[in-house]
Amino acid sequence: MKSYPISIKPFGERAVLVEWPDKVSESILADILDFMDAFKELEIPGWEMSVAYNSLTMVYNQDHIDFEETKNMILECQEKQAKSKMERVQHLWTLPVCYDLEFGMDIEEVSNTLDISVEELIKQHTSHQYVVYGIGFLPGFMYLGGLPPTLEIPRRSEPRLKVQKGSVGLASKQTGIYPQDSPGGWNIIGNCPVDLFDPSKENEPCFVKVGDKIQFESISKAEYELHKIEGEVGIYEPEKVVLNA
Amino acid sequence: MLKVLKPGLYLTVQDLGRFGHRYVGVPIAGAMDVESVKKGNLLLENDENDAVLEITMTGPTLQFDTDTYISLSGAHIVATLNNEPIDNYSVIKIGKGDILSYGRLEKGFRGYLAIKGGFQSKKVLGSRSQFYPVTKSARLKDGDEIPYNKTENYKPKISEVKIEEHFEEKTLKVYKGPEFSLLSDGQLTEIFAKTYTVSKENNRMAYQLSELIAGHSHSMLTSGTLPGTIQLTPAGRMIILMKDGQTTGGYPRILQLSEESISVLAQKKYGDELKFKLV
Repeated sequence: MKSYPISIKPFGERAVLVEWPDKVSESILADILDFMDAFKELEIPGWEMSVAYNSLTMVYNQDHIDFEETKNMILECQEKQAKSKMERVQHLWTLPVCYDLEFGMDIEEVSNTLDISVEELIKQHTSHQYVVYGIGFLPGFMYLGGLPPTLEIPRRSEPRLKVQKGSVGLASKQTGIYPQDSPGGWNIIGNCPVDLFDPSKENEPCFVKVGDKIQFESISKAEYELHKIEGEVGIYEPEKVVLNA
Repeated sequence: MLKVLKPGLYLTVQDLGRFGHRYVGVPIAGAMDVESVKKGNLLLENDENDAVLEITMTGPTLQFDTDTYISLSGAHIVATLNNEPIDNYSVIKIGKGDILSYGRLEKGFRGYLAIKGGFQSKKVLGSRSQFYPVTKSARLKDGDEIPYNKTENYKPKISEVKIEEHFEEKTLKVYKGPEFSLLSDGQLTEIFAKTYTVSKENNRMAYQLSELIAGHSHSMLTSGTLPGTIQLTPAGRMIILMKDGQTTGGYPRILQLSEESISVLAQKKYGDELKFKLV
């Protein structure tokens, strides 16, 4: 597969920003992930990378970097990437969401604004697979793409000072889950009982990877409570299938 | 153990930061003024990454339960050991039951307490830096105890040092950020000609500046941010991300502070003046 054109910009003394074409697209994301795989193969210590939509931030924590040298290293890596495409295991995760009014305090208002019933809103929200385009903002917060246009609704005019952990929200073209209590301006339609970030798991604090997909599943309050307890005692395993076997 | 009798305004355990977890949205955290921490640790012949306490403006009252050696660095906050005044940048012998307390802030904003061998609180994801919810609490409270190792008969190579400090520095050195080219000539003139002041909104996550510049209507896809990234909001507010700052953001990243200038800014408080200089 041919790689997309990239631009490489300096980003302070220790980082560079690598940008792909300015679009939200699964094939661009795949190209970024291919690049990251190729870079990891080089086994150069000290670098960390984070993806967000069409960009990759590469940070060298040890020391100042030489921009031209780094740029050449990245371009060489891109050439190498084109030659050796690696297989990548990606998953589709099914995450349970309770859309009960107790959690989804904005769901009635959203259904009025969008002029669809609450049932239809839940049906649409749970019938799509959302691509994880990045993890950032808060530990374990996923940037999800692929929301149907019928569910696009502006952010609330006044953000809430505290949105409860697990809250599932809608805001313009995005849907997502707050992985911790946080201030936030999204419209809250439900709550997911699954812990998306567990700092005690040293090797894998977040089970979802960029490039994975998420589908929501509507659950009752009783099931919500059960999953919550299962999570607390550490026996809850979110449902997953391999996407690109 | 070091027991917190009173925590002061905002007391945390910090090392140089939590690296390697940016890909899951974990900020680096770590000491705000790295320069001062390195000096404090150096004096005790510690590793530069050994954990210290970060003291913000109003200092804590602390009690030691076993022998060790400490050094104070960073902001000048009047400090006493069992009611006897002690100085920054000297190695101080500590005995069982000694009480360290802090008084008036004289210069800077964040002080550091380094201890021989570093504080031994639990590492989470490779670091002792407090950042909720990676660590169980965001800061230390009354009655908290922080472990350290006993040290007796330590002979410091240097017992006191005169240090060049950065608390009077007003100029922050900045590089062009990824969206620098979006700035108009008018905005550029404003940024580099004017003096700015630190707003009330300043903490370990970000420093906002009180003065607005001309706004913009540029919208962009969310992208990576770093400590020292200066974002420009549509209303024209400059927000400088610091050590606990989010790893991604959606505002144009117009400028990026030099690492040294992050330490300079870490010692600024509400109302302090700043200027920017492009390097």
